Formats: sequence, C-alpha cells, structure tokens
Amino acid sequence: MNVWNHLRRDPWALAGIVVVLVFVLAAIFAPLITGINGQNPYSYHLGALDSNGSPKGFGGGISWQHWFGVEPLTGRDLFSIVVYGGRVSITVGVLATVIAVALGVLVGITAGYFGGWYDRIASRVVDVMLGFPSLIFMISLTAIVAASFPRPVLMVLIIGFFGWPAVARVVRGQVLSLRQRTYVVASQAMGAGSAHVLWRQLLPNVGSTIIVYATILIPAMIGTEAALSFLGVGVPPPTPSWGRTIGNAVAWFSTDPAYLLFPGGALFFITLAFNAFGDGLRDALDPRVNRRRSRRRQSATTTEAATTRAAG
Amino acid sequence: MRIARYIAFRLLGVVIVLLVVTAITYVIFYLLPSNPAQLSCGKPCTPENLARAKEYLGLNLPWYGQLWEFLKGIVVGRSFGAGTGTIVCSAPCLGYSFQLSTPVTELILTHFPVTASIAVGAAVLWLVTGVLGGTIAAVRRGKGADKAIMTVAIAGVSAPAYLVGMLLILLFGFRLGWLPTGGYEPLTEDPVGWFLHLILPWCALAFISAAVYARLTRGELLEQFGQDYVRTARAKGLTERVVVVRHGLRNALIPVVTIFGLDLGTLLGGAVITERVFSMQGIGSLLITAIGTLDLQVVVGVTLFSAILIAVANVIVDIVYGIIDPRVRAA
Repeated sequence: MNVWNHLRRDPWALAGIVVVLVFVLAAIFAPLITGINGQNPYSYHLGALDSNGSPKGFGGGISWQHWFGVEPLTGRDLFSIVVYGGRVSITVGVLATVIAVALGVLVGITAGYFGGWYDRIASRVVDVMLGFPSLIFMISLTAIVAASFPRPVLMVLIIGFFGWPAVARVVRGQVLSLRQRTYVVASQAMGAGSAHVLWRQLLPNVGSTIIVYATILIPAMIGTEAALSFLGVGVPPPTPSWGRTIGNAVAWFSTDPAYLLFPGGALFFITLAFNAFGDGLRDALDPRVNRRRSRRRQSATTTEAATTRAAG
Repeated sequence: MRIARYIAFRLLGVVIVLLVVTAITYVIFYLLPSNPAQLSCGKPCTPENLARAKEYLGLNLPWYGQLWEFLKGIVVGRSFGAGTGTIVCSAPCLGYSFQLSTPVTELILTHFPVTASIAVGAAVLWLVTGVLGGTIAAVRRGKGADKAIMTVAIAGVSAPAYLVGMLLILLFGFRLGWLPTGGYEPLTEDPVGWFLHLILPWCALAFISAAVYARLTRGELLEQFGQDYVRTARAKGLTERVVVVRHGLRNALIPVVTIFGLDLGTLLGGAVITERVFSMQGIGSLLITAIGTLDLQVVVGVTLFSAILIAVANVIVDIVYGIIDPRVRAA
C-alpha cells in the first residue's frame, strides 16, 4: 500500500510535516535567516533596553531590526535565539530518539525472540523503568558528570537512555506474534540461525512500527530537553535553547510576555506538528486502518499515553 | 486467600526492585565519580567537611562495604564521628548534608508536603476531568462536545506543563488578579490559602494528562459499547446511565488504571517542574539547589526517595488493580 497516497489525504499529517520541515530548514539555515537583518543570538543590544533592563517599546521591543523583540537584561535578538534554539532542540531530539530506538529494538526483538529468563528479566526492567521518575534521575545525573563533558552530548545520552523501555515493550509484543508466523518457522526449519531470523526476518517486519514510534518519540525527547534546560540543568548558556529561554522568562513574563510566547510557541508548534505527523504516519502504515480505524487509534493511544509525555 | 497471596507476592517483588534500584543508584552516584567526597562536601567546601564526608562515605572500605553501610543506614539508621561531634542519621537515613548539617531525610520531609500537594491534587483533577470528558465524548460520539473535547486533547498533548502554567499565571494572576501568582501556604496553617495557591499549579499539571486520559477513556468506552454484554444490558431494559457507568465504565477504567500507574513517575517529574513555575519550595527546588551547590548527598537522597515513593505507589495501584479486575490475580 502506498503510504504517500494515504498521507496526502490526511490534512493534519500534511500540515504537520510542512511545519516540521519549516523548523528543520530554519535550524539548518539559521545563520542565513538571521543574517537577513544582520542579527545573531549572541550580540548584546543594551540600547534596546530601558534602565530596568526591560526591552523598550511594544511587545518586548518588536521592531524592524528585532522581529520578535529582544531579551531582557542583555538585549540579544529574540528571533535569532528562537531560530538558533531549534538547532539544539531538533538535534538533541533526533539523536536521543536514535539511541532510544536502537536500544529499544535491540532489547525488544531479542527478548521477544529468545524468551525464557532473559525475556522475563528484560520485561521486568522495562516495567520498572516505564514507571520510573526518570526526569528526577536525569536531573541528578547532570550533577556527577564532569563539567568538561559537553552538555548537549550528555543530554542526548541521558534522554536517549531513558527512552528505550517504551520502544522495547512495543517491539517485543510484535515479535512475540511474528515468531509464530509460518515464514519464521519455515526459515528456522531450513536451518537459519538466530542472527538471520532476527536481522532478515523479524527486523524488516517491525520496521513500520519502529518508524511510527520514532516519530512520536522525537517530540517527547524535544520536550524532555526543554524541561531540563528550563530547570537550568540542560544546555548551558550562551548556546540558545528554547527551554532555557522559557526558564529565564519566569522572572520576566509578567512585564514582558513576548519573551515567553515566542520560544514557548516554537516549542508548542514543533511538538504539535510532530505528533500530528506521527498520528498520520501510524494510520498510513497500518494495513488494518481502513477496516478498524477507530480501534487501532485507541490501542495506539494506550501505548502512546505512556511514552509521549516524557516530561510534564 | 488468593488476594492475600497476590498482595504478598507484589510486596516481595517491590522489596527486590527497591534493593536493586538502591544498589544501582549507589553505584552510579557514589562509586563511579572519581571523588564522591568532594561532590558531597558542597560549595564552598571546608577541609573539615571534606574530612567528615570521607569518613561518612567510608571511603576506606571496599565498594560492597560502602554499599552495605548505605543500605543499613536506610533500614536501621547510622551514626558516625565520636564524642560530642557524633552525628546521628536515624532510619531511614538517605544521606547527610554536610553543607546544611542536616540529615537528608529531614530535608526531604520538610519539602515534600509542597510537592505532594501539587501532585496529589493534580492527579485527582486529571483523573476526574479526563474520565468525565472521555465519557461525555464517548456518549455524544460525533457531536459537538465530542469534537471539542478531542481537539483540546490533541492540542493539550503538545503543551508542556510549565508553558500552560505560565499562561495561567499571566491570565488569572496578573491580568485578572483572581489567584496568587506563586508561593505556597501550608495546609495545616491556612487551608484556604493552601487551596488558592494550588489551583493554578493543579490546572497546569493536570491539563496535558487530562487530555490524554480523555482520549483513552473515550476509546476504551467506545470499544466496550460495541461488546455483546452491553447490548444484553440494554436489551434487559437497564437505564442508559447504568449501562454506561456500571457496565461500560467499569471495564473501560481498567486500562486507565494501568496507564495511571505508569504515569506516577511522570507526575512527580511534572510536579518538580510546576514548583519552579510557581516558585514553590518542594523537593524539586531542593534538588535543583543541591545541584547548584554541589551537595551530592541531597541529590542522591531525593533521587532515591522519589524512586522508592513511585515503587511503593505502583504496588498500591497494582493491588487496587487486582481488586477491580479479578483476572489479574489469577495471572
């Protein structure tokens, strides 16, 4: 079945992919986009602030030079901060998802296939980790890692690590039913080794599940990075980050709501866009979707509920 | 008898999980760093505190000895030093903050009521609104109410709690001036103030999850409505309310309880974030401050405390689950 044909008829999914592409392109070409106005996220513009450090003028200092206004206290260009902030969010989100999916697939596919005590232990670990207060663990881990270790890499590793159990659970469930199928049994009967069955028979068949899951995981990972940066233990200054800017805005948003609304809006829309696209992709890749559309949506929501909100 | 056996098995399971989690936490935070005493000492670190931290951690012992002392401290408490300088950390001893000269358990207990107030209230709010919203959407499937609830649910899933919280403060706190913009009043001193200060944090934290639970409840209910036993109940002439609540909802709630158990950890994390938005001094602010001042004892204490709390809460959810759904006990 043609996935693209399906997606084309789903306006939510289409809007989602367009918004995601806009954000990705903006992040890639951030220097060019902010360069139109000769701005960057690092230069101070103290002239744009009043004596209290608040931006002068309407909407947090929105002007022809500063499209989203400027940051309080420093006068840095908020538009540049939001555009560059997408780089950290998207990179951390995607790389953490890659780690989570790789670990999750590895554990899930082997647990489902081999079964026995290995499966029992793996499933128990997944159960415990799924219910775990992982955000608190992530915050604490930032305390013991040497300051010289690059923080964005640390974010990717920590967030990615706590993301794998949900993937493992779903993949394991699929493999449990797949390994009874005739083609798997047949290839085993013909003397295929475990590696062949796992890699050539099972993995391709859980591929679409993995893709859908990865799409839904990315916004959750972006949200977790933003939450950690919001709490002040994520990406350190001066690297622009949506979460950290929103965290800084706690002290300013009563007088300067724009300082909250622009980075907050960016975070909200990219999350919404990824979720809408992920929903559409799930429908498109699910062969049973036409017959049992509503049923599938529900059972998918059940698993999704536990995964898509990694942090608040 | 079977229910007692089920509960006993669950309790045994949680003890094993707690032991493993504690050991792993200890290894990660105290054995992997090259200088745990320095990290426990705080910033600024006096030589005296550093010496006390080294002694407390038992760095002269082999690793399993240190772990054993730590586990023993949690169960029976521990003390160290001698003479008048003896420091007693009574059970459950989760560590000792050399910077604040206070046992970590005591620090946690003074901060925890704030976090618990946020978390419990938010959980009640999200369960009630989520289940109610989902039921209304399911009963009025395809009508305006259904579409409105589901649209809010999709948007809600994408809005982080701190963003919702700040928008709520902006509207109800600063613009309308109806509710306080932050802070906390203890329940025992000022119940009304407690409630007023918590309304916005509850709403902020409950918003996303209420949305997810509404989607979930709606889906599960619609599935139940398609089942034969619901048709039978209707054919018997039961009123619609009895059919929806006693037959449909009772079965639809089983997966909701499962997800709720899994969400308790997220709930605690969300409460930590919400604290920051509303400038409340709960265990989240304790943890973030401890990271800023390099007080590893507090960091580990809070982490372990939250892990233990969630593990115990999960057992309670499991037991409730076993009571609602007899099939679980058999498994």
